[in-house]
Amino acid sequence: MSATPSVPAPKPPREFSPAFFGTVCSLPFFLLMLFGFVAPLLCVVWFGFMPAKTFALLQMPTFANYETIFNQTYFKSILWSIGLATVTVLTLLVICYPLAFGMAKIFRGGASFITYAIATSLFVSENIRLFGWVIGFMKNGVVGGTLAKVFDVQIDSLLYNIPVIILGMVYVYLPFMLFPLVLGLKMVPDQVREAAFDLGASRWQVFKKIDLPLSMPGVLIGSLLVFVLSVGAISEAKILGGQKVVTIASDIESEFTYAQNWPLGSALSTLFIALTTVVVFFALGRFDLEKLLGKKRSE
Amino acid sequence: MIVTRTQKAGFSLYAGLVLLVFYFPLLCIIVASLSKRRFFSFPYPMADMTTKWYADALQSPQVADFIGVSLRIAALTAFFSVVIGFFSALAYARYRWRGRQTFQRLVLFPLFFPQSVLGLALLMWFSFLHITPAWWTAVIAHTVWITPITTLIISIQAYGQDDSLEEAARDMGATRLQILLRITVPLLLPGMITATCFAVLLSWGNFALSLFTTGADSSLPEWLYARMTTGYQPLVPAVGVISVVGAVILVVVLFTVVAWNQRRARRLTAATE
Repeated sequence: MSATPSVPAPKPPREFSPAFFGTVCSLPFFLLMLFGFVAPLLCVVWFGFMPAKTFALLQMPTFANYETIFNQTYFKSILWSIGLATVTVLTLLVICYPLAFGMAKIFRGGASFITYAIATSLFVSENIRLFGWVIGFMKNGVVGGTLAKVFDVQIDSLLYNIPVIILGMVYVYLPFMLFPLVLGLKMVPDQVREAAFDLGASRWQVFKKIDLPLSMPGVLIGSLLVFVLSVGAISEAKILGGQKVVTIASDIESEFTYAQNWPLGSALSTLFIALTTVVVFFALGRFDLEKLLGKKRSE
Repeated sequence: MIVTRTQKAGFSLYAGLVLLVFYFPLLCIIVASLSKRRFFSFPYPMADMTTKWYADALQSPQVADFIGVSLRIAALTAFFSVVIGFFSALAYARYRWRGRQTFQRLVLFPLFFPQSVLGLALLMWFSFLHITPAWWTAVIAHTVWITPITTLIISIQAYGQDDSLEEAARDMGATRLQILLRITVPLLLPGMITATCFAVLLSWGNFALSLFTTGADSSLPEWLYARMTTGYQPLVPAVGVISVVGAVILVVVLFTVVAWNQRRARRLTAATE
């Protein structure tokens, strides 16, 4: 395109329209997702209908795998996963809400320090961090050794039980609850809280009628993130729980590895995918993402 | 907001407590990595403190191999996810087009997806395509998971940007390519640097995806996991600490970029007002 400087530029031609460029720019992403996300998932769903213990994709579809799942004890591991995830979400809400409140409303420079300190941990492999708890809690570990030295109490290993698994999950997913909560609590205007206090509301009333409803988007997003991530958790139960509890993710993994029953593993995955999809779509449909990312509504 | 001193002290105390518990495992690993004995027991005498395991880890060709695999995966993942993320950020935040809202929701979906299942799905997909998994198939897996994150990070930068600069360039007769290279890329550069750091870090620490998609190659988190589940070895905490230190260095770079970017943005708004 050559334009002479003296003449005002002509109206942009048709292909310069934002609609066109928006579509073009989203193309690489769609291609990537088509190849690396949608196709593999369809592959899994399809494979779930193949006869058990086979590895070929082109056979007569059958529902046999789903029958196996419902007739055997696999539902137990699904329930375990959902139960552990629910407890994790509730525990994290209780732990993170006061901290998020402090970060959003009370601390000044301290808030960004806490943000950095906690965000940094996201980049350290989950395994390494969980292994730290193993060293802390094992027999003669840091906790046990300290207790023995200082209080002369001998304790056995604290590992391999259900509370430790929950501790591991709470620990690993804390940032995913904390940061959305901070965002949510920042959306609560101070003036509204002050007005309520001036009108004689008690602390509890302000929390129930103002803080909680206005920070609800953060609460919901945090809970959703933590729930979905922890329902698929695999390392916590393995490293800290020592096979005490079998989660759905490790059930799926063992079907693919030890049992060599790919169709059954696929059928389990399909159920699992369906569960997460329903939860995510239901929850995401209720949020205004642009508002949360800080875009001002101008139109 | 008016805060009394006791309130502030209470909240600070609580925050300190949470941080302490949060960093407890890392402290444990550091303590364990410095113990001379083959079987860790705490507390150990000062005389047993040693950096032997670090020396062992740094000299071990095996560990170097795993670090090499992890680095290769991280570098390629960062490259691809930032390039694709750049364009999808433009689609996400910059242009109005039909299907944009759907796109914004779809971008998030892989993030909410359990990684172990995605890894397995990719494993099956590769076997269906008769591709033998190796370190480069892990790059595909990591890119699928990390691109949404780079997209979001660059989008945040793109939201804060003035559209009129691009319009002005266009009115002056710049071609699309010129606008892209001279205006859009430089303006989004801080976001892209942040995104690169994020991508490298997340890929470096990723375990769930690598477990299924690296095939015969093995990344550092996979190797650590295998060693952790087969009983205690003093080399494991040492390698863990080395990996953490590498990540922390990159995090410091990342935060410096973010802080510099914020200062620049503040200066720019101050200048225009």
